[in-house]
Amino acid sequence: MPRVIHPVPDRDDAFFWEAVRAGRLVARECSACGRIAHPPAPMCAACGGGEWVERELSGRGTVHSWIVSRHPSQPDDAPRIVVLVDLAEGVRLVSNLREIDPADVRNGMAVTVFFDEVDGCWLPQFRPQRAAAGQAGGA
Amino acid sequence: MAGARRAAVVGIGQTEFSKNSGRSELRLAAEAVRAAIADAGLTPADIDGTVTFTQDTNDELALARAVGIEEIRWASRTPFGGGGASATVEHAAAAVLSGMANAVVVYRAFNERSGHRFGQPKEQVTSPAYNFYFPYGLDAPTKIYALWFQRYMHVYGLTNADFGLYSVVARRHAATNPNAWFHGRPITLADHQNSRWIVEPILRLLDCCQESDGGVALVVTTEERARDLRQKLVTIEAATQSNLIGGDVMFNYYHPDIARFPEAEHSARTLYQQTGLSPDDIDVALLYENFSPIVFYLLEAYGFCGPGEARDFIADGNIGLDGKIPVNTHGGLLGEAYIHGVNNILEAVRQLRGTAANQVPDARRVLAATGRSAVILGTE
Repeated sequence: MPRVIHPVPDRDDAFFWEAVRAGRLVARECSACGRIAHPPAPMCAACGGGEWVERELSGRGTVHSWIVSRHPSQPDDAPRIVVLVDLAEGVRLVSNLREIDPADVRNGMAVTVFFDEVDGCWLPQFRPQRAAAGQAGGA
Repeated sequence: MAGARRAAVVGIGQTEFSKNSGRSELRLAAEAVRAAIADAGLTPADIDGTVTFTQDTNDELALARAVGIEEIRWASRTPFGGGGASATVEHAAAAVLSGMANAVVVYRAFNERSGHRFGQPKEQVTSPAYNFYFPYGLDAPTKIYALWFQRYMHVYGLTNADFGLYSVVARRHAATNPNAWFHGRPITLADHQNSRWIVEPILRLLDCCQESDGGVALVVTTEERARDLRQKLVTIEAATQSNLIGGDVMFNYYHPDIARFPEAEHSARTLYQQTGLSPDDIDVALLYENFSPIVFYLLEAYGFCGPGEARDFIADGNIGLDGKIPVNTHGGLLGEAYIHGVNNILEAVRQLRGTAANQVPDARRVLAATGRSAVILGTE
């Protein structure tokens, strides 16, 4: 299992991690103008608003870029695939891609969120989107 | 800035570049600052301003006590680590052109190899801003930057061997620069390809900048005062930063196209507008490269070649000493040393004075750019 550096949430992002522990991927949506921001900021850059509603995200997106994270000179218990995911809502976020061999990862492939406790830390993770009937797998 | 008052770089100084300096960071800063002041033909009492990095550990007053600077009227620090390397010159120029200071010393000194090593993986989150990266494994600069570079490779169809084309040039330039750590030690592309993977298949060891101990400094004053000093005149033709909303210093993942470097593109536009110069007018380019792919981004951002063309541009010999735009003539951060990019500004000054180890004949306009700050220095 990878060793995870645990997040240390503060007032501006605690909502995100609380939602993750509840199995939800969320972003802040400005109550005044509806702008979605990730990573979260304590004020809406579009309108100056300081009130939000939590917007649950679809958790579906595509791989923008990716690497295999391992450290060459220190034992890295289990190398992980790190991905930059373009979510359907227009939000981009960093996560891990699981349940796939690195040789099979492609930029643009469709992925879906799930939630897992890794090294004692609940994280949003992604896996390849399983092609359903009438649905293309890649992008 | 034709007709406008200009600032000038009148002195440069440095320690040796090593892997274990054997002395304190403050001692390195003091040695470099003393050397720069002496190079300018000034005394410490002539200095009334300082600029360094927010990350520099050397307190301004501790430096003043060591060097003999009697009163500091301007003290400022640039943000964003190496991204702010060229911004130090912008700060210093602002100070002297506004009259807030007469002579400003810029310094950067650290034991980045024998002391705190920036490239080591972090062990804990030290800022809430890291919450969205470190837990997923992005805990070291190599990995953090590789996530951009993978996109660049994907979009333009490059492999790691293409990045090695730059490393070979940097080490060739370092090989003939006695000031470089890798003096006398050029590499081949095969050496690059035989170096160990750091982030497979994106970065190998020889794509990474060095870890170095050392200090560098430069003295800035107005052009009027510079004309009375001993060194050949080196003017600051333009200086700028670009820090865009939606950007991030290391985790710069949120611009629509991360195979480009919008901050650098904005800096380029500002510098060319301020000076009326175009890429063809630049004689030497010092491009900050913590990792070799950044040179590809910067060559494209500064218009030396088009988007996605850097690989062929480098392969065709354009960035060598006799190329269209000689790049990192001192060997860069890969070949000379990693003094956080401020050693690039010293090389710019040497090229304009005509005293560089790998001198480009008749260099009159030199660019020193990081991704987020840049200067064009010139001479008559």
